[in-house]
Amino acid sequence: MATSTEGISKNKQVIKLEGATVRFAGDSGDGMQLAGTQLTNTSALAGNDVATFPDFPAEIRAPRGTLAGVSGFQIHFASSEIFTPGDSLDALVAMNPAALKTNLSDLRAGGILIVDKDSFDKKGLEQAGYAKNPLDDGSLDSYQLFQVELTKNTRNAVESLGLGLKAADRCRNFYAMGLVFWLYGRSLEPTRRYVQTKFKGEVADANLRSLEAGRNYGETTDAFYSSFQVDRAELKAGKYRNIIGNQALAWGVVAAAKLSKCELFLGSYPITPASDILHYLSEFKHHGVKTFQAEDEIAAMTATIGAAFGGDMAITTSSGPGIALKGEAIGLGVMLELPMLVINVQRGGPSTGLPTKTEQSDLFQAVFGRNGECPMPVIAARSPSDCFNTAIEAWQIAVRYMTPVMLLSDGYIANGAEPWEIPTMSALPDIPVEHPGPRSEDDPPFMPYKRDERLARPWALPGTVGLTHRIGGLEKQDVTGNISYDPANHQHMVNTRAQKVNNVANDYPATQIEGADQGELLVISWGGTYGSCLTAVRRMQALGHSVSHIHLRYINPLPNDLHGIMQRFQHILVPELNMGQLLTLIRSKYVIDAKGFNKVQGRPFGVGELMDKIGEYFS
Amino acid sequence: MAIELPVLKPSDFASDQDVRWCPGCGDYSILAQMKKVLPTLGVPREKMVFVSGIGCSSRFPYYVNTYGLHSIHGRAPAIATGLKCARPDLMVWVVTGDGDGLSIGGNHLMHCIRRNLDINIVMFNNRIYGLTKGQYSPTSPLGKVTKSTPMGAIDNPLHPLSIAIGCEATFVARSIDTNIKHLEMTLKRAAEHRGTSFVEVYQNCNVFNDGAFEYATDKASKADTVIELEHGKPLVFGKNREKGIRLHGMNPEIVEIGKGVNEDDLLFHDEKADEPSLAYLLSRMRYPEFPEPIGVFRAVDRPRYDEEMVSQIAKERQTRGDADLDKLFNSGETWTVT
Ligand code: SF4
Repeated sequence: MATSTEGISKNKQVIKLEGATVRFAGDSGDGMQLAGTQLTNTSALAGNDVATFPDFPAEIRAPRGTLAGVSGFQIHFASSEIFTPGDSLDALVAMNPAALKTNLSDLRAGGILIVDKDSFDKKGLEQAGYAKNPLDDGSLDSYQLFQVELTKNTRNAVESLGLGLKAADRCRNFYAMGLVFWLYGRSLEPTRRYVQTKFKGEVADANLRSLEAGRNYGETTDAFYSSFQVDRAELKAGKYRNIIGNQALAWGVVAAAKLSKCELFLGSYPITPASDILHYLSEFKHHGVKTFQAEDEIAAMTATIGAAFGGDMAITTSSGPGIALKGEAIGLGVMLELPMLVINVQRGGPSTGLPTKTEQSDLFQAVFGRNGECPMPVIAARSPSDCFNTAIEAWQIAVRYMTPVMLLSDGYIANGAEPWEIPTMSALPDIPVEHPGPRSEDDPPFMPYKRDERLARPWALPGTVGLTHRIGGLEKQDVTGNISYDPANHQHMVNTRAQKVNNVANDYPATQIEGADQGELLVISWGGTYGSCLTAVRRMQALGHSVSHIHLRYINPLPNDLHGIMQRFQHILVPELNMGQLLTLIRSKYVIDAKGFNKVQGRPFGVGELMDKIGEYFS
Repeated sequence: MAIELPVLKPSDFASDQDVRWCPGCGDYSILAQMKKVLPTLGVPREKMVFVSGIGCSSRFPYYVNTYGLHSIHGRAPAIATGLKCARPDLMVWVVTGDGDGLSIGGNHLMHCIRRNLDINIVMFNNRIYGLTKGQYSPTSPLGKVTKSTPMGAIDNPLHPLSIAIGCEATFVARSIDTNIKHLEMTLKRAAEHRGTSFVEVYQNCNVFNDGAFEYATDKASKADTVIELEHGKPLVFGKNREKGIRLHGMNPEIVEIGKGVNEDDLLFHDEKADEPSLAYLLSRMRYPEFPEPIGVFRAVDRPRYDEEMVSQIAKERQTRGDADLDKLFNSGETWTVT
């Protein structure tokens, strides 16, 4: 085996970069997600700021080599703080012709294009629908094309281990990683450690050999005449780790349970892209977490209600189609006025839509999607690491106001990764939860719908002496909770439930304005578009434009200071990955002429397109 | 800590709510028998929770002075699942009907039963939709003429107990609203069973389906139309206990005792049989071809979901030890920025 000569190679030029956006693309069986994750980790460990965008097909294994089966993982790493996975690619690794065809349009002119030359055979080209081989017809002339015999080289690297060809070919992603790691001066060490913990025996050996062979190829072949260096980013001092959105959500709810001294119950039905939360939490039994994989979405929701009645921190996780099924039961939760979290990791809709692609089109569903007058607080996470705090905050609202809370994430946040400053549990605020104590016969009777100053009712737990009471979905009399069909009482209860939810806004911190607090244009974002909107606004500010940015974490109720802020700007622009849902809310609530910038293409906004849009206000 | 339980009477389980079922409805009797059984269970009142869905039967929780949750149509078994997982210390009852449990909530009922949580499900079967004023239900017989089936129902009815047995139920029983002693005994046995108990109660809806079970309640005919199951005993029925059920190959047949057949030739009831085949066969016996069995069809001991959940958590706590979140956050690759 070659001895390690890691780091900067001897006689090749090293070019310093501020950052780079790289995408691995290949067949869904090619291990591209693994390759991307490894480059992410090793870049983060090298001190870069990172943001990722995994993009995979809905089919688990579409026929090999076809366009439908292409899976990609994009990573942006930089020596400054970044908020997006990058617009256009500086480098693309295409493991087969199909991957080239579906990803090439994202590669910038002059970008690095690494292809597995061996896969561009007759069959591969046909499957991708290429009439001619793009490697020799001049169509790739505007890129720096590197044709690597990736399959052959990988096979050679592992030959002496005596694996079959199939097993050898499964190491191709490690070869590609090795080459990209060399290209960006990345250490192989974290990936070596990963291989040693995840694989055994000759498979581990084969992966390690392929990784090194890829790196050595970059270093020795004349094809690559330079490599790159991306320095450490100036992040806030602290201890960091990488975290994926769904992971942060799972950890966040476990933390919230501990902070509120509740036991955590998850009722869930598998659905893309939310299932990983169920998987993470199922691994946390030693934290006392109870996970229940229900027979359907409705059962997941209603079991959550049952657990909430019992006194657990009860949550359910799903995506748009599942939330639709849960709608009636969420209404019951609102009627019962019990605390619980409903987590929607949004995906492209309607119906089954685009299960693996991101979208923000469930905002209306979250705010309005139930029968009757049925308001509930809605809070949205803005980035993968932000899911942690959002989960804690959602639970704070739920118990303080005795209400189900809808937490919105999306496919982009759920699968994306970024550095997370590791908190300490003791530094996080406790979440106070109170249950009324036992009563004797001589005490006045217990009133389950008697409210406190916030309008929250008591969370009385079954098992408590003297508090036996019945609750249900029928309208009930205020204070006593008895069934009531009285018209005036119904009006009163509808008003009260609405007022209670509106009261949540009294607890919000002031809305942060990025830039001047008045001016020409205000960009308003929510959810996963935070990073690209912030980056675009900052760049336009640097160009001297009068544009500011606010990000709305609270969708319902909207912040009390929002109206005042908007009034201080000439124009309001609301970019959303839907056809204008927050926009409609804002326009109708504040009768303000806000404009939308809308897109539903299963992908996050590019910074460039947002800058172009903002630029229209200044041309 | 041994707590001295106060001795409660049925009236202690009456809530302050007016009972609003139609006069003469079979639900009254079920409520009355339940109130008799509850004080005998050695469980404090505040540890009991009644969960229901939607329908006439589902008003039940309002009428018992325990904790109660009157939920949405068909979902009570799932709510009970969440509640029991959160609070294994509670005694959870689900009250449902043939429409609530077998139609809109069929999926939940099926899966709740197979999980075998330690809860009790009582299904009031009146073979009709009462609360929505008289449409046919999944247990209405073929040809049943109702508002929604003016020319007669054309879908096959479900046998609730066959469904329960098919779902791996560990306790399956049937009783009749007017047979109050039997009903009381059946509810008590259901309460005492560890695991999900499923009890079907023939309940007369005197407004929309009056007399649906007349064959089984009529004094003159019931000895011939109902057969009471007793564990370890032969299946004997008839006014003078002159008839019995015998197996002929895979099928039951009615035989007359005497005339070359004695009790030993009959089918003996074994509620503890490992395989549910005989219980299933009994659940298929229908009037008028056969007398319909009442009593406990099946009572076997199997692992319970709620206990398994607790034990998995305990096991993980033991093997993986500390549940330190700071440790979790700091696991894997980390780096420090200064
Ligand atoms: S409609 Fe039928 S089942 Fe409902 S309360 Fe009246 S009699 Fe009873």
